[in-house]
Amino acid sequence: MLGALEARDRLLREVRSCFAEAGFLEVETPVVVSTPCMEEHIDAVACGSRFLRTSPELFHKRLMAGGANRIYEIARCFRAGEVGRLHHPEYTMLEWYRSAADYRDVMEDTRTLVNRVSSVFNRAVPDWHCYRVGELFVELTGWNPVLEFDGDRFDALLCERIEPFFEQVGGAVFLMDYPVEAAALSRCHPDGHAERWELYLDGVEVANAYSELRDRAEQRRRFEAWGETRAARGQAVYALDEAFIEAVGKLPETGGAALGLDRLLMWLTGADGLDEVLPFREVWL
Amino acid sequence: MYSASDLKKGLKIEIDGDPCVITQFEFSKPGKGQALYRCKIKNLISGNTFDKTYRSVEKVDKCALISRDYTFSYIDGENYVFSDNETYEEALLGVELLGDRRYFIVDDMAVEILFHNDRALDVTLPNFIELTIAETEPGARGDTATNVMKPAKLENGYELNVPIFINEGDVVRVDTRTGDYADRVAKG
Repeated sequence: MLGALEARDRLLREVRSCFAEAGFLEVETPVVVSTPCMEEHIDAVACGSRFLRTSPELFHKRLMAGGANRIYEIARCFRAGEVGRLHHPEYTMLEWYRSAADYRDVMEDTRTLVNRVSSVFNRAVPDWHCYRVGELFVELTGWNPVLEFDGDRFDALLCERIEPFFEQVGGAVFLMDYPVEAAALSRCHPDGHAERWELYLDGVEVANAYSELRDRAEQRRRFEAWGETRAARGQAVYALDEAFIEAVGKLPETGGAALGLDRLLMWLTGADGLDEVLPFREVWL
Repeated sequence: MYSASDLKKGLKIEIDGDPCVITQFEFSKPGKGQALYRCKIKNLISGNTFDKTYRSVEKVDKCALISRDYTFSYIDGENYVFSDNETYEEALLGVELLGDRRYFIVDDMAVEILFHNDRALDVTLPNFIELTIAETEPGARGDTATNVMKPAKLENGYELNVPIFINEGDVVRVDTRTGDYADRVAKG
């Protein structure tokens, strides 16, 4: 147990020096929020009449809209109902935003970070691969979700075909250019894909990143659509955070990424599941 | 009905009317997507295993399995007939389901039968049964090695390997779970 915490300590120190050297400001934002960031498939843990954050995203974008240049946070986040070998309701997210940048720039930040912590943990630097969603799906499944989207099919194939392929390829894999229907909070490219990527390390999803959406009306429309989908499924519909929507319209060109530090620690230490890197998991079980 | 989020390893469920058990389970949530419950499932009737992924909105049928105590009564053609210890109702198990275990069923044997609805799925026999050796080549006198085996036939026709010192007429214990010789109970 102490060993896991020592490894975490080593990782956190390295993350902090890596971001400090790149000129990032470490920030702290609220853990308890009046309304969580609504996404189609993420449920927040209630905390009295408020909620625990599912991500620090809303406050970070407000900071960016207010003139911040480069910020990061090591943020404890909470997601209801997510329990498994690779999921825990309370986990540590490393989230960062860079202005005058897009999703490709934060890809470079990620590559630098992962290579650097690998050497700190005496791991070989991984081979880096990059696949575009449309092309890879066509190759492995014969179907292009970027042209013709179906959410259930997309999720099932990601899980059953794409992720096992990444595990087989090994190393670090960026999966980029998502269908616009799976844009989440990213900007859409005129060519018809979303400027979003996910990073997989030996087949385990570790990070998600966007060229941030800067269109206020589009942001509102997405939140409302997710609200309707959630209501139809009987899930909680969260109030819109008007201060955030306001900020979206004032965002500079921004690239942002969120990386699960617990899963990164798993990969660095060769652990098979979160059990080995998260002490005291029983609190949530 | 179970919700997909109730699923876990070892849970018995019903699929297309057949009783099944989840042998492997993993919660999964591919990037910003919906929760998926990936299962490896074994059909308890056919023995086949297969993969199935459930979405959180999906429901899964519960599987009511009950075990009851029975006593063996008689053989009726291809069927072995057992009677319920409480109600005396009869249950028939075919030789196909019993396999080699049919050789280990003796008069008045107490067994446990597992039912799904009214269908008998499996039977649990006592772990050991004592039977007499009907045929085997004579062993060398004084040879008590247990690791040298030879073929033998039991009184009921079942064939198995026994240690070299076992003779015709000896009573041996057989493990009903594996069908293997366990030890000698009495010399013939």
